[in-house]
Amino acid sequence: MSVTQPLPHDAAPLHVTGQARYIDDIPTPKGTLHLAFGLSGRAHAKVLALDLAPVRAAPGVVAVIGPDDLDPMPDCAPAAHDEPLLALGEVHYAGQPMFLVVAESHLAARRAARLACVTYEDLPTILTIDDAMTAGSRFEGGPVIWQNGDAEAAIAAAPQRLDGVIEIGGQEHFYLEGQAALALPQEAGDMVVHSSTQHPTEVQHKVAEALGLPMNAVRVEVRRMGGGFGGKESQGNALAVACALAARATGRPCKMRYDRDDDMIVTGKRHAFRIAYHVGHDAEGRIQGVEFVQMAQCGWSQDLSLPVCDRAMLHADNAYLIANMRIESHRLRTNTQSATAFRGFGGPQGMLGIERVLDHVAHAVGRDPLEVRRANFYAETGAEAGGCLPPASAPESISARMKEQVTPYRMPVEDFILHGLTARLEESADYRARQAAVAGWNATNAVLKKGIALTPVKFGISFTLTWLNQAGALVHVYQDGSVHLNHGGTEMGQGLFQKVAQVAAAGFGIDVARVKITATDTGKVPNTSATAASSGSDLNGMAVKAACDTIRGRLAEFLAERHQMRPEDVVFAAGRVAVGGADYAFEEVIAMAYQARISLSATGFYATPKVTWDRARGEGRPFFYFAYGAAVTEVVIDTLTGENRILRCDILHDAGASLNPAIDIGQIEGGYVQGAGWLTTEELVWDAAGRLGTHAPSTYKIPACSDRPRVFNVALWDEANREETIYRSKAVGEPPLMLGISAFLALSDAVASCGDGAIYPALDAPATPERVLAAIDRVRGV
Amino acid sequence: MTEIRFLLNGTPVSLTDAPPTHTLLDWLREDRALTGTKEGCNEGDCGACTVMVSDAADHRALNACLLFLPQLHGKSIRTVEGLAAPDGTLHPVQQAMIAHHGSQCGFCTPGVTMALACAHARGRTDHDDVLAGNLCRCTGYAPIIRAAEAAAATPLPAWLDADQQALSSFIVPEIRPEAAIDAPSVRATLATGDTPGYRPANSDDLADWYAANPGATLIAGATDVGLWVTKQLRDLGPVAFLAGVGDLRHVETRGKVIGIGACVTIEALRRALTGVHPSFAELLRRFASVQVREAATIGGNIANGSPIGDGPPALIALGTTLHLRQGDEMRSLPLEDFFLDYGRQDRRPGEFIAAVTIPAEAPGLRCYKLSKRFDQDISAVCGGFNLTLTDGRIAEARIAFGGMAGVPKRAAAVEAALIGQPWQEATIRAALPAFAEDFTPLSDMRASASYRLTTAGNMLLRYWHDLAGTPVQVLEVQP
Repeated sequence: MSVTQPLPHDAAPLHVTGQARYIDDIPTPKGTLHLAFGLSGRAHAKVLALDLAPVRAAPGVVAVIGPDDLDPMPDCAPAAHDEPLLALGEVHYAGQPMFLVVAESHLAARRAARLACVTYEDLPTILTIDDAMTAGSRFEGGPVIWQNGDAEAAIAAAPQRLDGVIEIGGQEHFYLEGQAALALPQEAGDMVVHSSTQHPTEVQHKVAEALGLPMNAVRVEVRRMGGGFGGKESQGNALAVACALAARATGRPCKMRYDRDDDMIVTGKRHAFRIAYHVGHDAEGRIQGVEFVQMAQCGWSQDLSLPVCDRAMLHADNAYLIANMRIESHRLRTNTQSATAFRGFGGPQGMLGIERVLDHVAHAVGRDPLEVRRANFYAETGAEAGGCLPPASAPESISARMKEQVTPYRMPVEDFILHGLTARLEESADYRARQAAVAGWNATNAVLKKGIALTPVKFGISFTLTWLNQAGALVHVYQDGSVHLNHGGTEMGQGLFQKVAQVAAAGFGIDVARVKITATDTGKVPNTSATAASSGSDLNGMAVKAACDTIRGRLAEFLAERHQMRPEDVVFAAGRVAVGGADYAFEEVIAMAYQARISLSATGFYATPKVTWDRARGEGRPFFYFAYGAAVTEVVIDTLTGENRILRCDILHDAGASLNPAIDIGQIEGGYVQGAGWLTTEELVWDAAGRLGTHAPSTYKIPACSDRPRVFNVALWDEANREETIYRSKAVGEPPLMLGISAFLALSDAVASCGDGAIYPALDAPATPERVLAAIDRVRGV
Repeated sequence: MTEIRFLLNGTPVSLTDAPPTHTLLDWLREDRALTGTKEGCNEGDCGACTVMVSDAADHRALNACLLFLPQLHGKSIRTVEGLAAPDGTLHPVQQAMIAHHGSQCGFCTPGVTMALACAHARGRTDHDDVLAGNLCRCTGYAPIIRAAEAAAATPLPAWLDADQQALSSFIVPEIRPEAAIDAPSVRATLATGDTPGYRPANSDDLADWYAANPGATLIAGATDVGLWVTKQLRDLGPVAFLAGVGDLRHVETRGKVIGIGACVTIEALRRALTGVHPSFAELLRRFASVQVREAATIGGNIANGSPIGDGPPALIALGTTLHLRQGDEMRSLPLEDFFLDYGRQDRRPGEFIAAVTIPAEAPGLRCYKLSKRFDQDISAVCGGFNLTLTDGRIAEARIAFGGMAGVPKRAAAVEAALIGQPWQEATIRAALPAFAEDFTPLSDMRASASYRLTTAGNMLLRYWHDLAGTPVQVLEVQP
């Protein structure tokens, strides 16, 4: 069967020959115009005067659209209606679009966009978490607080207590293909938009709204993105809306792509967080209670910050059963880019908070961090739990946990597998021996020190906004037996199309080569959710399977009747259809069915079962299931400079019964490196005036080839999902990113070895050489 | 007379009206609809636009975003569309990239594929360095490395071999002799900003032309000047392309010194110095990605005057002499004297860097580069250390830094604190306070002032440990 096969990405032959088309590669009609935004140079200011005459006079400029030219001003926000396409009288961050240039070429538009004469009157800026906390600058009325048990009392009663704070920097997506859109005006005012977006329906909605048209007048198509990572969930709206407006105004096709610097200056990034913690624990490191204060830098507009911050709260437990927890979440408004979705969607920050706590507690009690983690794990549940039992220690507490094993938001944890998974990883990674070797190295090396850490991941799968957990598909079988596949998910490199094509091929028992994968198109499948929250293959795989099942059911019924058999006796396999001793080629059956006037086209629909979520109370079952994984990372640091690198990483990750192991391993390897990059080399720096200084790859450093672990062992935990997902697979897009936390805590371990053990390193992220050196000084009491 | 001729995917191309600062990337994508070559950053840092540029001698991976069309005269260019055989047979690297799942979103893939194909043609298997200039955000690089390893054993495809033969028979028009150009008329054309760009044939030609056009911009590798165009959107005015100046491309050992022409690329210099000054050669590896090193020149790196360039600190520590030429007049000066102040060098109008000479031996030389990322990054601090010991005492000291002042600068006070002292850790520690006399660095996005000052001193400690044989380089630690 085509599912479970490690087949290459469907577009790989196009990728390696340069034939794969991205927005900027689509041949455009003659007369296509090119757009660029003029950007604010100030973080917060009144715009006293905006003189666009020099822009209009620039060579190649066809039109300039200023804020006064649009009434009403179109909105580009995904939720709160707080992002005007162009700043209206006041700018809220350095980089905010202020006007739109329409020109004969991309270069002419870029040149002209720099020529405006703007008179600003500066207003007070709020640039940092400290600024915002002091000023009370926030979204929603006050902090969101969710709690379970009585954290304050539990901490007070605990034998030991500790406090700490971790600063967690943001992260630029750095999708290799920048934001881009192309609008093609149609007859009767309709608009077709090609957009590099994870959310075609949202683009359709925003464009229709901007043009004052019903959604049926706008069609959005997405064949592929050159990377998304969450950065194209809402950030493409402005380009699509701008292109559509300009296309309508000029009657000509309009294209816009951000230059890399503009892309990084204009668009949102991962939220920077500060997490303060107050912990009560015993001498073994068992945690009695935790209070977290999560402070998130959301930027100037709300964008997706509320659900991002919710998800940070929902991952404040990670893999640990903590009966008494209180989480206070501050969603802070600042005069910086509006932070947005990024792989993990707040989960990574929340998870790093609790992993930091576990590391800190282990340091405080002087125990091995892995043992302290295990002592706090949720209990393993279910008979089919990977064949590994929980460790023998404290069986009474485990059985007690089994009874009331719920998360701090009171969702039962019924599929916990990390005892078995970490036990197997500990062995396969040779963790104990290497831990001893690290200690040996550190005892004999004066300048370079090593560290090692094993950290787990438990990540909740589903949109927390319950109604987003739906998907549609459209499948046609043509007379010749070829299959045309369409669904609401978008391809950004994650291999969704390939996986779903394998599902479709399995549905008909045919080779996947007979399935044509087609561009996501709001005209084919409507009302789609963003391809986000790792949900792509779970949702769209099921919807496609439903459509295929419908068609196959019709075929089976037709053949069964003809052969006087039952429909369930018809077998579709290996490109053949067998029934009652007869054996047809698939295409023969299709030809027969066509002539018998049987519909060979069907839609499919899927809605995730079981999920319910009461956001106001912070209670319910926001997730259908959890995806798990664990990583061991070994690092080396230079105690004179703080330079550091990853030496080796071993990962065991749970993708359920994998739909395509090669693609899943690719997600895991890539997710780990991206997560490690977030916590090491990737540093966003704004100057005192709020201007982003790191707005190009010359200054913002994502991992390069040599930064990957030199030894990099990745394996799948091969156990079917206990929930009924598509072929019992599990979502794999986001969870592996958080395996990168092991790299960060390995650095912490290396730093800890520089002192006498009295002082905890309290390393902040990203662990640049400068931060590592500062932490070394800290543990040495310098 | 201003024709630019090259082979594009095996087919001759002749351009007569190309603006001199039109980039190869824009030309490929906009004029030739060859959109396989991608724009990822337009500044030479991501490698998505990597193409293969070949001549009779070699296949080089270069960034198309930082190549102006006149630089390609007489070359053969392969883009990703032209990598497979004419019958569609995929190049071994392409096949391996598919089989080993080396692409996900696919946007970096054309550049990665071309970088690997160039390395494949040259038999290189140091894949980490080959790919240092190709960013991939999806894969974590592991499957790309598996693909590179799988392709390594396969022979060079015949159709690429044929390419080089075709090039040798491809008639490159003679670059016009200087006499054919009436200098005043050239100047007149230049004044209108409508010049094709001058392409001197040798250094005499360059000297004459530059003396007559002192306001012109000289373009060697364009890895920095390119950004003036792609990022600052500047009109450069008159320009000269130095690609044809063959007599400034020498690396020659003459007795106790090595003479290096200004147009020697960083990569050529790295290879030439690998056995001679290994620490400097390793610094030159970390200078930038292969694509940048294959284009950037040592003369450009110096002339640029950047306080954070990686060449000057090491060269100053070595004791480099700089040779400048203006018309027929040559003069020489110690390299450190060239850098007068931030953005200001001791270079007269119409004067250009012709060459440098460095000592052929410097066993005490160590070069340390400190940056957020090891590869293709700009230094926060770059230090060159070159101490000479006599009878256990420091007889001579040459220490220079980049990133610590407005210019690449010697650490005079530190040197003074070391000279004459015994070679021991206490001497080093006693000299550390002198760093604050030499330098008051800035805080910026790469590092804070205090970190710079601390680590500059710590680099001296590293030097001590390094010479003592203690492991000091995290890059050298094996898993």
